[in-house]
Order: sequence, then structure tokens, then C-alpha cells
Amino acid sequence: MPSGRMTISSIGVVGAGVMGTGVALALAYTGHRVILLDVAQAALERVKVKLSEDVRTYAVLSGGRFGGMASDALTRIELHDDYEQLGGADFVIENTTEKWAVKEPVYRKLDAVCPPHVVLAVNTSAIPITRLANLTKRSAKVIGTHFMNPVPLMPTVEVIRGTHTSEQTLATTRKLLAQMGKDAIVVNDSPGFVTNRVMMLMINEAIILLQEGVSSAREIDLLFTRCFGHKMGPLETADLIGLDTVLYSLEVLRENLNDVKFEPCSLLRTLVNAGCHGRKSGEGFFAYPSNVVRRA
Amino acid sequence: MNAKDEIRNFLQEHVRSCKLEDSQDIFAEGLVSSMFVMQLVVMVEQKFGISVEGADLNRDHFRSIEAMAAFVTRKQSR
Repeated sequence: MPSGRMTISSIGVVGAGVMGTGVALALAYTGHRVILLDVAQAALERVKVKLSEDVRTYAVLSGGRFGGMASDALTRIELHDDYEQLGGADFVIENTTEKWAVKEPVYRKLDAVCPPHVVLAVNTSAIPITRLANLTKRSAKVIGTHFMNPVPLMPTVEVIRGTHTSEQTLATTRKLLAQMGKDAIVVNDSPGFVTNRVMMLMINEAIILLQEGVSSAREIDLLFTRCFGHKMGPLETADLIGLDTVLYSLEVLRENLNDVKFEPCSLLRTLVNAGCHGRKSGEGFFAYPSNVVRRA
Repeated sequence: MNAKDEIRNFLQEHVRSCKLEDSQDIFAEGLVSSMFVMQLVVMVEQKFGISVEGADLNRDHFRSIEAMAAFVTRKQSR
């Protein structure tokens, strides 16, 4: 078991979307072997290209910290589409889509293929950890790790202690995060935890203001960056998170807290239905020309 | 159109400022988010036919219109 002084060296990362690839790179940059799994063949094809583009981005953004490690990092990431490959992982971080129907079967499979001592960390921004833990026979070994995007550059992780999460699981998770050069802020389980319970409401309300014509997207964001000193306004933040993820997160909050204040606004639904998912698709509230997904 | 003008035109479409000065640090002044740098890398590669790799992947080359134009000129003269 990877505890005490032993290094947690081999990490399973499930889901090769924006967060999964970010987590995989953050692990690889800090010397871990990564088993990156996605059952969608198309995602695995895309991820090869995305990872090589991302190492260039992080070389620039990290001020040299990740520069020379770029080629090395990629050699530490193995891509797979078969859950059995996770049998050799010391720790698993799950990053699939923020929908209960997607995550539920994933946890049953993970519980079946991973040895009983392995911690399953849910990288979610909204789904309750305890509910997912109860799908497994290891609820004490299930914990939430809400990584922030872009993962390799963000120093702090919101860690969520489920009702049954053990102290040992918390210690193992803190240890892995320390190996990744990250700090943990531990909170108790609740839909949306602390960050997204607040953030998603703010983003939704900013979209409603845009929808009502109270202000333009640029000016809404400028009020936050210039007046409040935020690094990014709520609409650019939504584009960075992914508008589909924002929508799913609001739906999870609406369902779990049974409160209409989390009802996703119609403009958000329209954009997601139109395939405008923010930065990753090239279009959202703002344009990202180099990321445009071509449509036939 | 010279390199400076092409870079200025591209930036002007994306930054939140009425008029950009050539020496203005677009990152320090919060005119663009840090993630925007990758769009700048792709833009100079495509517009000027250069390859940005290894040690060239340095934010200092992309801080301002002036810095980017100087970087492009250096790369093109190699």
C-alpha cells in the first residue's frame, strides 16, 4: 500500500477531456507514471494532439518551470481504452463528464478492477462524493479532488471529505497532492462544495444579465477584472471551464439542492446545444480562433 | 503590412483596450488572460511561417507588440 514514506508513483487517470489531460500532465511533470484511460476512441485520438499542444502552452505559461520537461512528461503518459489497465495503479483520479448517468457505471467498473487499497479520487466540481462512494465497496477510500483548470499551473485543490472518507485516505491524497506540488483545502461534502456553489450561481447570473441586454459580455467581465481585481470575469471563466460543464454543474446543483436559484438560464442551454462550449470549441462568450472546431 | 502592423491588428481584435501601445505589456496589464499566449504562438507561426519550439516558448517574446515583432524578425533572419 502506498502510504507512509513510500512514493505514490503510478496513477490512473480516467477521462481524457480537458480536466483529465490537465491532471495527467500535472502528474507527468512531477515524475509520476500515468495510465490515462478513455473509452471513447475519438477522445484518445484527440488527446495525443492535445497533449503535445498543451506542453507547448505550459512551457510558455510556466516561465520555464515546465520547459525542459516537456518531452519527458509525454513519455510518462500511457493512453488506454481498457479498464483492466488500471489494475496496476496506486491511486486513481476520475475525471469523466459531470453527469450522474456517466459516472455511475464508471465507479462500478473502477471498484471491480482496482485493488481494494487503492484510493478513488473524484475530480468533480459538483457531484456529491458520498453518493458516488456508496456505489463501491470501499466508501472509506473515495474522496473528492476538485482540481482547477489549467491543472498544471494551479497550486491549490479543493479536497472533499465524503461522509465515510477515512483519515488515511485523506492523508494519502494530501501526500499525492504534495508530490504534485499542490496544497489542499479540505471541505466537507455538499453539492458544489464551496467553490462551485458560489461560482456557478455567479456565472449563471452573469449570463442572465447578458441575455437581458443589461450589458455586453466584454463589459460584464471588465467590471469584475477592473473593479474587483479578479484575474478573469465570470463569462471568460465559464468559457475556460467549458459551457457544457457549467450547464451540467448547474443541473446537478438544481437537482441535489432542490433550489430553483440554480436553474440554468436559456442562453446557456442555447449555446451548449449549438456546440459553443467555450475555449475548447473555439467559441463561447468570446472567440478563440486557434481552437475553432470546424463544422462540415 | 509589416510584422508590427499584423501583430497589432490581431491583438486589437482580442484585447480589451481602445488603443494598444507597441511597448504595452498585455499580460501585466491584464488585457488578456495568460491562456491567450497559445493563440499568439499559433498566430505568429501561421502568419510568419516560423516554428516556435523549445527555448522560444518563452512568455517574454509575447509580452508586447514590440517584443513579438522583434522575436519574429530574429526568427526570420536565422
